[in-house]
Amino acid sequence: MSSVENLKSSILQSISAADNLSALEEIRISSLGKKGSVTALVKSVSELPADERKAAGALFNSLKSMVSDAIDAKKAELDAASLLSRLKDEKIDVSAPVRSLDTGRIHPISQTIDEIVSIFANMGFSVAKGPDIESEYYNFEALNLPSSHPARDMQATFFVPDAEPESLYKTVLRTQTSPVQIHAMLDKKPPIRIITPGRTYRCDYDQTHTPMFHQVEGLVIDETSNMSHLKGCLLDFLRAFFAIDDLPIRFRASYFPFTEPSAEVDIGCSKKDGKLKMGNFGDWLEILGCGMVHPNVLSNCGIDPQKYQGFAFGMGIERIAMLKYGIPDLRTFFDSDLRWLRHYGFLPLDIPNSAFGNSLMK
Amino acid sequence: MKVPLSWLLEYIDTNASLEKICETLTAIGLEVEEIINPGKTLEPFIVAEVLEAEQHPNADKLRVCKVSTGTEILQIVCGAPNARAGIKVVLARPGDVIPASKDKLKKGVIRGIESQGMMCSARELGLGDNHEGIIELDANAPLGEKFATYGSYDNPVLDINLTPNRPDCAGICGIARDLAAAEIGTLKASVPETIEGTEKSSVSVSLDFPKGDNSCPLFVGRVIRNIKNCESPEWLQKKLISIGLRPISALVDITNYLTIDRARPLHVFDADKIKGNLWVRPAKGGETLEALDNKTYTLEKGMTVIGDDTGVLSLAGVIGGASSACDEGTVSVFVESAYFSPVRTALTGRALQIISDARYRFERGVDPQITIPGIELASKLILDICGTDSSVVSELFVAGSVPDTTKVIAIKTDKCKRHVGVDVEAETQKAILQRLGFKIVSEDNSSFSVSVPSYRPDVEHDTDLVEEVIRIKGYDNIPAVSLPRDSVVTKCAIDNDDIKIRSAKRILAYRGLLECITWSFLSEKEANIFSGGAKLINLLNPISSDLSVMRPGIIPNLLSAALRNANKAMYASALFEVGPVFHDDGQYKQITVAGALRSGHSERNWLSTERPVDAFDAKADALAVLSACGVAPDSLQVSPEAPAWYHPGRSGCLKQGKVLLAYFGEIHPTLRYEFPENTPVVACEVFLDNIISKGKQKTSEKPLLKLEDLQPVFRDFAFVVSKDTPAAKIIQAIKSADKELIKDVSIFDIYEGENISESQKSVAVNVVIQPLVKTMTDEEIHVISSKIIESAANTAGAVLR
Repeated sequence: MSSVENLKSSILQSISAADNLSALEEIRISSLGKKGSVTALVKSVSELPADERKAAGALFNSLKSMVSDAIDAKKAELDAASLLSRLKDEKIDVSAPVRSLDTGRIHPISQTIDEIVSIFANMGFSVAKGPDIESEYYNFEALNLPSSHPARDMQATFFVPDAEPESLYKTVLRTQTSPVQIHAMLDKKPPIRIITPGRTYRCDYDQTHTPMFHQVEGLVIDETSNMSHLKGCLLDFLRAFFAIDDLPIRFRASYFPFTEPSAEVDIGCSKKDGKLKMGNFGDWLEILGCGMVHPNVLSNCGIDPQKYQGFAFGMGIERIAMLKYGIPDLRTFFDSDLRWLRHYGFLPLDIPNSAFGNSLMK
Repeated sequence: MKVPLSWLLEYIDTNASLEKICETLTAIGLEVEEIINPGKTLEPFIVAEVLEAEQHPNADKLRVCKVSTGTEILQIVCGAPNARAGIKVVLARPGDVIPASKDKLKKGVIRGIESQGMMCSARELGLGDNHEGIIELDANAPLGEKFATYGSYDNPVLDINLTPNRPDCAGICGIARDLAAAEIGTLKASVPETIEGTEKSSVSVSLDFPKGDNSCPLFVGRVIRNIKNCESPEWLQKKLISIGLRPISALVDITNYLTIDRARPLHVFDADKIKGNLWVRPAKGGETLEALDNKTYTLEKGMTVIGDDTGVLSLAGVIGGASSACDEGTVSVFVESAYFSPVRTALTGRALQIISDARYRFERGVDPQITIPGIELASKLILDICGTDSSVVSELFVAGSVPDTTKVIAIKTDKCKRHVGVDVEAETQKAILQRLGFKIVSEDNSSFSVSVPSYRPDVEHDTDLVEEVIRIKGYDNIPAVSLPRDSVVTKCAIDNDDIKIRSAKRILAYRGLLECITWSFLSEKEANIFSGGAKLINLLNPISSDLSVMRPGIIPNLLSAALRNANKAMYASALFEVGPVFHDDGQYKQITVAGALRSGHSERNWLSTERPVDAFDAKADALAVLSACGVAPDSLQVSPEAPAWYHPGRSGCLKQGKVLLAYFGEIHPTLRYEFPENTPVVACEVFLDNIISKGKQKTSEKPLLKLEDLQPVFRDFAFVVSKDTPAAKIIQAIKSADKELIKDVSIFDIYEGENISESQKSVAVNVVIQPLVKTMTDEEIHVISSKIIESAANTAGAVLR
């Protein structure tokens, strides 16, 4: 049996001495291969006398599995060592820049409209729309603004050739989104709760005016909504929009032909050191106009002013976007400068939603 | 409107501070935009006296003066010719800022003599043009007193942003009435005295209008003879200067003064320049008037004019004429006080583009009741200022009658509560209205009626009365009440069209494009190129020729935007806009288009190779928008048809049946304008309105997903086809070989060139075969492969390579 012991220790020794996989493979072939020394021993069992076979079989098989285990162990050891040495060579410069996935941006106007819609939707408003090219009737006349009205001079209007040559009314680019309110009142019976974001046009072009800009107006018509609801509605909106819980607002008496009473609305701010900051700081900033819908406007739309009443408001979308996001110059909204769009634009996945925050993080 | 505080205080007794007055005015709807105080800049200057004035030893024109402030004596070198001992002067000391130059005065040495201050001229103080010499004050001026106080320059002027509905407040008197109603003080009422005429007016007036034309229902005039048109007295000049008007002559200044003071525009004709009598009438078309602004206007038919036997003298309510204007030689005047209709005045003023203080008031509505008091006030002032011992005033000549402005409005006492949510007691409501000049004509338990004063043409409904009450009561009293909701849970606020617009925007931004918003108009040249033959809509009054036509498409504006960026060396643009485009097909049409444009190359990066954008980027953008809007890609047909602004060989369209959904492709080489040669420009436009919404049957349910357990088999094929065989046709042919088992077909290579004949190309395809019941045998796979090859050959003429 000592020859078996010798064989065992010699194989195990050579396994332990093997320093690479091919050396180990040679050992495996020379021991466990078809013609290997251990294989030969196992085969030789059948030639032994019957009474020795059992013991010898057990002995040789245990030798075989011992060698096999040793080879496996050594192989794992060599694999680990070789991986280790390979990993030592596989090295990248982690400071190098990555492949850029160029995500685009949503324009601040679109984002602001989505924010406005999201907040007003919470108050039961839905979005109404109308054409950019309008009859003077819907843009002015029905809004209690006859052609001789001095306020007509305040709105520099773009004209296009008359859509209906026979008509009393010229065809204009809408100067406000108010015609959408008129259409809504003509098309639908109260109760009405709509907002009307959209493009508007006036022929003015300077530091603070662009020939095209965006407005959103709101209209509520039912039997009970009064000016206190108007104030509450705007307070709720402005606080949500600017995300300032204690933002104060102030109503000042004013005049619009289509509302009575009318008010200008200021929000609280600070103008200290030439820096504008919204909040409860004692100073005021004019932000929008509003009022109770004029009885003439209701009558013009076939709504009985004795039975129904309601309010309307309107604001410039660029203006509130500039205030919320600190965009300094109106004209840049329409320049399409790539750097501006990337800087002031919003990620497409930043979808305004009251529950998850309205574009508070860029 | 500029309102000097001191002028306002002539009509209201109050102890309120300037701040309180301004705050109240703003709160009641007379917004104070700015407080201008000329006294502020005059603050440092004081009254001083020249004690001695000696000749400067080193300069002929200079004097060395000893000037007393009452507490100290300063040595001042002065070059003014009138600097002499004994006069009272306005003194500036070192450190004071001179208003005209904004320079800080320093102690100096002039030709060797120290000068410790400066005596000021009117120009230096910003008080006029006079720089002939230094200001000489009255001998009684108290030494050391502030000059601003002494000269009553400490008079803040309120700049009020007057809303067009308040003609009554276009006079300072009316503003005082509103302030008094807000309980800021007591209104000082003043009834003008009546001047009895001693002869008949030598000028008569006829109102010559067709029946029903109420352009001028009342015209009052009188002649005043033997007067002398002189410079206005100091008080009147000061008043006009304080509101920015230039004193001209007493007769002109008096009319300007009453316009501002009482909102009562008047006109004064030189009576000797009137030939015959006056006619107030509609203009015949084509008459001309040389007006007081030295311009000649050609009048349109129907404008109201005042004429004599020779022609038009004046444009009623808008501007006077030069031919009958008063000048320094005027000795006899005809004073006009009339009521001209707001509508006619507005239309005339706008048509001729004349802006005047008279037009401003007439088009908003002058109080008809002040027509006669107005002329009495004017007469009195003319007599006081221009009168002589032999002056003669005629009786009033009254043509027409005061128009009836009687209005009685009933209001329920709870209207206020119902309309503005503030419970104002009936007594308070009445008191406020009475302070504003309304009269209670009847009342019962639940309502009352008021008559509206003639100066408030804006008040017509009970809601107007509510406004009067609440603005005086204060808008701060309106509580903020959140809108009651009819549904607890927020409902979707936008319709299908808006959902498509939002989806298009978000998917394009997700794909790396930057959203821009461009003008709805562009130049006629661009519009013609991109109109596709549609009729354009031109603006009649464009702001510039670059922005003169409503855009027929979005691509031209995106192209210009990309070009503007390229001119700043940013060649790789990826821009989109979703918005309206316009054309005229007998009616004005507005449709919504999503346009996307890419130019240049992908980013240069060490990890990947730079790649020029191509038509397939544009096609991918179009497909992404369509897919985001719910269009199944399988339902689309693509064909190489696109409008002229695309490269004819590298563009196409996507249709669903006959409905055009999108164009895509490379921009035509002639339209690349100044883009650098090697900068590719591609674009797509998706017609969102043409996408058929799934309609009302909205469902959140998705089709059931069937996941196969068996492994799919992947097989590659390379086919040779003729060059013009569309790739889509090959894919279709392969798919139709076995619709059940072939799950996907993709093209991974298209090759033209060596080893392929010139008229052909090689298309390499990967086919995914999905066994359904059991793993496929080689035999079964072979059968499908043969069917694929056969179908490709039959349908697309493809030969296996």
